[in-house]
Amino acid sequence: MRQRFVRVAGGAALAAAMVASAAACASSNGGETAAANKCGYKIAFFGALTGGNAILGINIRDGAKLALKQYNDKHKDCTVDLVEKDSEGSAEKAPPLATAVAGDSKILGVVGPAFSGESKVANPILSSAGVVILTASATNPALATSGWKTFHRGLGNDASQGPAAARYIKNTLKAQKVFVIDDASEYGKGLADQVKQTLGTAVIGSDVIQEKQTDFSALVAKIQAANPDAIFHGGYVREGAPFLKQLRGAGVKATYVAGDGAKTDDLISGAGKDSAEGSILTCPCVPGDKVEGSFPADYKALSGRDPGTYSAEAYDAANILLKGIEAGNTTRAKLNDFVSKYEGQGITTKFKFQDNGELDPNSVAVWAYIVKNGQIVPDKEIPKA
Amino acid sequence: MNIDFVVNNVWELIVTGLTQGSIYALVALGYTLVYGVLKLINFAHSEVFMVGTFASWLTWNWLGLGVDTKVPPMVQVLGYVVIAMAVAAVAAGATALVIERVAYRPLRKRNAPSLIFLITAIGASLVLMEAVGIIVDRQPRGMPRLVQPAAQFDFFDATVYNVQIVIVVSALAMMAALDFFIKRTKWGRGVRAVAQNPETASLMGVNRDRIIMLIFALGGILAGFAAVLYCLKVGSTTYDVGFNLGIAAFAAAVLGGIGNLRGALLGGLLLGVVENFGAGLFGNPWRQVVSFLVLVLVLLFRPNGILGESLGRARV
Amino acid sequence: MTQTNDKPRAGVTDRLRRFDDRRVEAVSGLRRRWSDLPRGWRVGAMAAFLVVLYALPNLQIPFIRTTETDFTGILFLVAVYVLIAVGLNVVVGLAGLLDLGYIGFFAVGAYTVAIFGSPQSPVVIKYPWIVCIPLAIALTMISGVLLGWPTLRLRGDYLAIVTLGFGEIIRLFAVNSSITAGNRGITGVPVPPGNWPSFVQTLGVDGEPLGGRSLFSINDTRPFYWLALTAVLICMYAVRRLENSRVGRSWLAIREDEDAAEIMGVPSFRFKLWAFAIGAALGGLSGALFATKQTFFNAETVLLQTSILYVAAVVVGGAGNLLGVTIGAVIIAYLPERFREFADYRYLIFGLALIAVMIFRPQGILPSRRRAVELADRAKEAPVNG
Repeated sequence: MRQRFVRVAGGAALAAAMVASAAACASSNGGETAAANKCGYKIAFFGALTGGNAILGINIRDGAKLALKQYNDKHKDCTVDLVEKDSEGSAEKAPPLATAVAGDSKILGVVGPAFSGESKVANPILSSAGVVILTASATNPALATSGWKTFHRGLGNDASQGPAAARYIKNTLKAQKVFVIDDASEYGKGLADQVKQTLGTAVIGSDVIQEKQTDFSALVAKIQAANPDAIFHGGYVREGAPFLKQLRGAGVKATYVAGDGAKTDDLISGAGKDSAEGSILTCPCVPGDKVEGSFPADYKALSGRDPGTYSAEAYDAANILLKGIEAGNTTRAKLNDFVSKYEGQGITTKFKFQDNGELDPNSVAVWAYIVKNGQIVPDKEIPKA
Repeated sequence: MNIDFVVNNVWELIVTGLTQGSIYALVALGYTLVYGVLKLINFAHSEVFMVGTFASWLTWNWLGLGVDTKVPPMVQVLGYVVIAMAVAAVAAGATALVIERVAYRPLRKRNAPSLIFLITAIGASLVLMEAVGIIVDRQPRGMPRLVQPAAQFDFFDATVYNVQIVIVVSALAMMAALDFFIKRTKWGRGVRAVAQNPETASLMGVNRDRIIMLIFALGGILAGFAAVLYCLKVGSTTYDVGFNLGIAAFAAAVLGGIGNLRGALLGGLLLGVVENFGAGLFGNPWRQVVSFLVLVLVLLFRPNGILGESLGRARV
Repeated sequence: MTQTNDKPRAGVTDRLRRFDDRRVEAVSGLRRRWSDLPRGWRVGAMAAFLVVLYALPNLQIPFIRTTETDFTGILFLVAVYVLIAVGLNVVVGLAGLLDLGYIGFFAVGAYTVAIFGSPQSPVVIKYPWIVCIPLAIALTMISGVLLGWPTLRLRGDYLAIVTLGFGEIIRLFAVNSSITAGNRGITGVPVPPGNWPSFVQTLGVDGEPLGGRSLFSINDTRPFYWLALTAVLICMYAVRRLENSRVGRSWLAIREDEDAAEIMGVPSFRFKLWAFAIGAALGGLSGALFATKQTFFNAETVLLQTSILYVAAVVVGGAGNLLGVTIGAVIIAYLPERFREFADYRYLIFGLALIAVMIFRPQGILPSRRRAVELADRAKEAPVNG
């Protein structure tokens, strides 16, 4: 028995030695490739590429991808890579991914994190490692006040979109009675609260729906009884489309108003053209045809679909980071200085960041879009105050 | 607490609750049939329902009915609904049979404990949900509006819509048909025999495997019907629509007494109404909290559900 | 009425089964050899193994290491899942109670630390981490007893739906109540006190030596992993001791045949309640550790699907066997992260694997011996019904 054990132990020791030597090989290989490629800087995308909220992440990833492709075509000798970190939009998966980004010294900046929830766990890690954060979609206002020194937001936050949506409801739709619903998500509730606050007494009722809810018959009955002129929905298209469909099915004529979370073609394909017609969608994003140059066409050529929500913002965000790298800011600290001081015109807006990383208020444009003949078309820019 | 709202809308809440409850009841039957015979929670049954919703979506798409189609005339609608029900019933029934064949039968041969069945059921449920999710890009799919909701008559002070009538009446009709099938036909006698005592039933010449396939198919068919009714009511579906509805339907089956057909009906309708009152009283988010609390309370006083477990001992 | 054993099987299945049988033989052979070893050797080997476990974050083991995501972070997650599996094993594996709402306890533990420790929450008095952890364990234990008191009188299948309901109620409460701040969540969850000893000269992420700086910081996941690993080891030891005590034997008796146990003088309700409370406490501890490391907790983490995965971890690994459930937890937490390249197909493959493992090995990958025997007995009875 003893002898057998010695054999086993010997085998184990041999295996361990092999593993160790393989490990040594692996690490030296890694060192070599890094040394060979003197440029080899990277930008990371951080957000959901799989799971229920994947489409928003894919929009952002493809926007950033396009920016990198154009940059790399110009700089064939010194390319920048895009690293994709699929967080599934989950706060549980995000921290190890953020640590992986922080630990890869070639990654200078991040386009993302895409959602506000994952931002709260990923940003402290990224920020303390000095990685430049430039989000193209996380719109929760609190993110800018958490003291993350490398945080930047390339678009307006919910505090600018919510009141703007409320002003549109009050001034343009001239609605006297508004019903406000939200989905209890960080984004939806934040937006709905802003709208409620700005509209004040015009809000005649409110209710909370659940994420993934599909049957809204009770809520529709309640709205029918309240008979509002307009309904504001703080939430995503997933609940928005079936809600809108059931709302119209029950004969409620009130105008449906929602934020950027519902501004995708899925609203029309999910609710039907008739039901979606005349709906208003607000978004701190510039309409596609206002977007300058060949972006829409290039985007379609690259990804096979039209630019979606936040594609253009992601394109701009990636471009700002790339401009910094192009100008020789190849450490995280230098790139952060560059982005913080950056001033320039992107395709969505004129970029200039405040000290806390927020976009300069003058650069924030909230647009209202309207569904016309089964298309989401720009209505107008909502005037400030 | 919103007592005024509830008091003013008692009948409204009952009518909408009964509509939702009918769908719960049809799905609950699937759980109850399988449990009554095999003493096994068929956790994957919710995905059978989900497959049914997508089958009806596909059928209507094949027939050229998109989400933008205008409401067709009455006779055509009837045809569309019947065709969709047929297709959904076949698809859901087949799914249920496949689950039985792949995930349950090999275990049954080894007489594995119910915990193991639960895990394969979870596996099967994950596979179905993820497969459909990948196919449809995890986006919701909209259905054509086949019935223009129109008020039909007033029930006390609640307005009753045609869709609600269609759902409740067809659910009750299917229940009655199933009840007849189980209690009056030769096959039904076989089901009851196996539920009462599988070994004796085998000795008396009942083919147990066939009876088990029959109950899975029956449960699947009913889930398919429920799926079409659900599509009529809600007008859209997603790949994970089954999960929450399945839990509610299972709770309904337990509430009424799992293994008891009439219990599933009673439990489904009751749960639908209770949920509605809960949502009315405490707000929409607390809908399921209230229904689960009611379930626990009922189980405390009647540990076998309201009507007790009695597929085997059904009165003839 | 065909005898299944006589049926010719498909070649592949047959070969798979034979392969599995050989694997089982090898494992039991190893077990035997292990117990034949002199005590000194065994202690030494265990110590070496523990050192390797603690050193894992620093070892560059190819293939095992996750490439796309931080390995230490994944190790921490795995440790938390193992702790959950050990706790759930007490309920499911030892006492034989099916708990589908275990995530409820996880959430209670996490929220306790978050609410009583974070400056962000509405609760006025703030407690340090060292107070929050026992508080979390105590509160989850109480919630376990509160849930168990009315429901443990119910039969097995009913218990499943009631615990599922409990998990869902906790989730809905987390999403909708103002104390838990819904999906917005609570930030600023406290971390344990303590500094690196001043002689540590290893450099941190920012290039400064670690010595003298606080041990638990956002930059370094290793201390959190060590903390979780220590908790796992202590809990495993405690559960193992329980298992071999009068309590553990009572659980087994209840699991095998509750009525018989009752007749033999085992107060089954009281022991089931104990199992529930102990399981809940471990779940709460794992939630508390998770929230501590995240420094943030919100309702999105509380998902019923996750709760069902926990049960899968226990059963796939081998309910009743500590090592088995550990393997199950590692599989569930680690494999999807290691094979991120399968992206959208991860859970589909996972579902298929669940079915396959359960069909070929209903007793789990590494079953408890007693349970394997029980299953074999049942299989012998099977053809009568088949």
